[in-house]
Amino acid sequence: MDWINTLVEGVLAGALYALFAAGLSLVFGVMRLVNLAHGDFIVLAAYFAYALVAALGLPPLLTLMLVVPLMAGLGYVLQRGLLNRTLGQGILSPLLVTFGLSIILQNGMMQVFSANTRRLHLGSLEVASLHVLPGLSVGWYPLLVLVVAVALIGLMQMLLFRTRLGAALRASSDDIETVRLMGVDSRHLFAVATGLAMAIAAVAGVLMAAKTNFDPMAGPSRLIYAFEAVIIGGMGSLWGTLIGGMVVGIAQAVGGAINPGWQILAGHLAFLAILVAAPRGLFPRTV
Amino acid sequence: MNQTTEIQAAPAAALSPTALRIAFVAVVFLAFASAPLWSGRAVLSLAVDMATILALAMLWNLLAGYAGLISMGQQAFVGLGGYILFGFVQSTGLSPLLGIPLAGLAAALAAVPTALLLFRLRGPYFAVGSWVVAEIYLLLAAQVTALGGGSGTSLPMWAVRALAPDRDLRQVVLYYIAMGVVCGTWLLTWSLLRSRFGLALTAIRDSESAAASLGVDTRRVKLAVYILAAFATGIIGALIFLAKLRISPDAAFSVQDWTADILFAVIIGGIGTVEGPFFGTAVYFLLRWAFSDLGSWYLIGLGLIAIAFMLLAPDGLWGVLSRRLRLTIFPIRRLLHSVHLLDRA
Repeated sequence: MDWINTLVEGVLAGALYALFAAGLSLVFGVMRLVNLAHGDFIVLAAYFAYALVAALGLPPLLTLMLVVPLMAGLGYVLQRGLLNRTLGQGILSPLLVTFGLSIILQNGMMQVFSANTRRLHLGSLEVASLHVLPGLSVGWYPLLVLVVAVALIGLMQMLLFRTRLGAALRASSDDIETVRLMGVDSRHLFAVATGLAMAIAAVAGVLMAAKTNFDPMAGPSRLIYAFEAVIIGGMGSLWGTLIGGMVVGIAQAVGGAINPGWQILAGHLAFLAILVAAPRGLFPRTV
Repeated sequence: MNQTTEIQAAPAAALSPTALRIAFVAVVFLAFASAPLWSGRAVLSLAVDMATILALAMLWNLLAGYAGLISMGQQAFVGLGGYILFGFVQSTGLSPLLGIPLAGLAAALAAVPTALLLFRLRGPYFAVGSWVVAEIYLLLAAQVTALGGGSGTSLPMWAVRALAPDRDLRQVVLYYIAMGVVCGTWLLTWSLLRSRFGLALTAIRDSESAAASLGVDTRRVKLAVYILAAFATGIIGALIFLAKLRISPDAAFSVQDWTADILFAVIIGGIGTVEGPFFGTAVYFLLRWAFSDLGSWYLIGLGLIAIAFMLLAPDGLWGVLSRRLRLTIFPIRRLLHSVHLLDRA
């Protein structure tokens, strides 16, 4: 039963990693840009929620109504004003500009919110749990996170494959020049993609803030988990990313159950193992 | 005919450029070699700091600016070098000086499997992948209880004394090692770039697919550069922590200290140029000296400056200067000279 508990714990943690990863994967797919500040934006969303709770006394999860549009708008402006200028000149420029952003965000949050760790408190939801089997109970809140992750990834999948916007996004992943010839304004399209990615990052950030402690320097490790989920799942496959997140989550849970010092390490090693065995990920798809 | 008369008319008394250059190099060499005679411990310590940052900047420039390997994980080899040195000293009881080359060898050895894994990732994914590997090195180092686990360890007193009997003399020893390391790194990168191998690297910098189609074995060239850079980075890491006398996983594998600061210096100076790291390191230390008291604001400013350079002057200070002044200090380019066949005939 211990092992099943560990497994369930890993799957639930992995759902959050998949949410970290979904935006990263979308932006890379559409414009070949790896946003090294992605994790820091997740943490920024967490701090926005924290500030809203502190200032307006909103219930933590209700802050999503404000944080998601705010982050989506920020994403749109960031892409139009800054990141679009880095595209089309090789991979160095976008990497280093987003890395610079990452350092700026970390230290900006340090300056505004101090280095203290924070957390959103959910009251009774935090401890409420569902008894599935004797000896196996699942927290309601982690379950909610899993449902949100599956629903959001399903929505994204529908957006990508059922709408005109989705068609344009997929087409620009295949051949941006042709998309431009079709009369699509790629600057706007890219900004919409980043806005979407930031909206998902906002959901991920708020959900994370109620699940674990966070501090201004928590971004890079979120980026790394997200990155591992994308590579394990296979680039360009959103459901693959969900599975990838869960692989990282399960590896961490198993590692942590053996020795608390191995928790994070086990996640990284699972990533390396997949990289050796299946360099294109578990669910490869031609991007 | 005109040309020949002009050459003959040149004043014979003036120093030739070669002689001037040799004189300049000799003066600089003497100034640096005699530094312990005319300066104090603080200056020498700053010089060691600058030398290590400069050497790391040269190597990161070689990787990212020439070989197209944008590594965010060079801290893996800095930390490994440091840890190998401390482990060597603790387990053998020999002088730390012997541990320095060993640290380089260990880093080069570790670079082989690391590269074989990471080279499966392309472009931006290589960058994040190298960062993950550095995190793995950090977590593994924290598991080594013999070297203090997560809280780290200090160099034993006897080993510190083995380096030199007192603090002043130790700083002098460290200073000469640092000068040797930075000169070695510079000679390595410069002669590499001037060689046939460097021509392949420059071709990869300009267009990897074009280089491959011309018969450059890009994978082998990149692998060789990666291992060579790891070797030198390991040596520099050993030197850094020999100077600090203390090592801990967070300090040894710090992405801020050994990658972020380094790449900011390279960007500001001019990536993909041999002179860039020199200028970048100078500007970096100037900024650090002037503003590092500001804490977070200093790092925010550094990030903003790096972004501004990347967008407005992607080839950095040196790129702008050399274009304006048509100047090169360390030539690596092969220039075509037009030959006046008619004049000769």
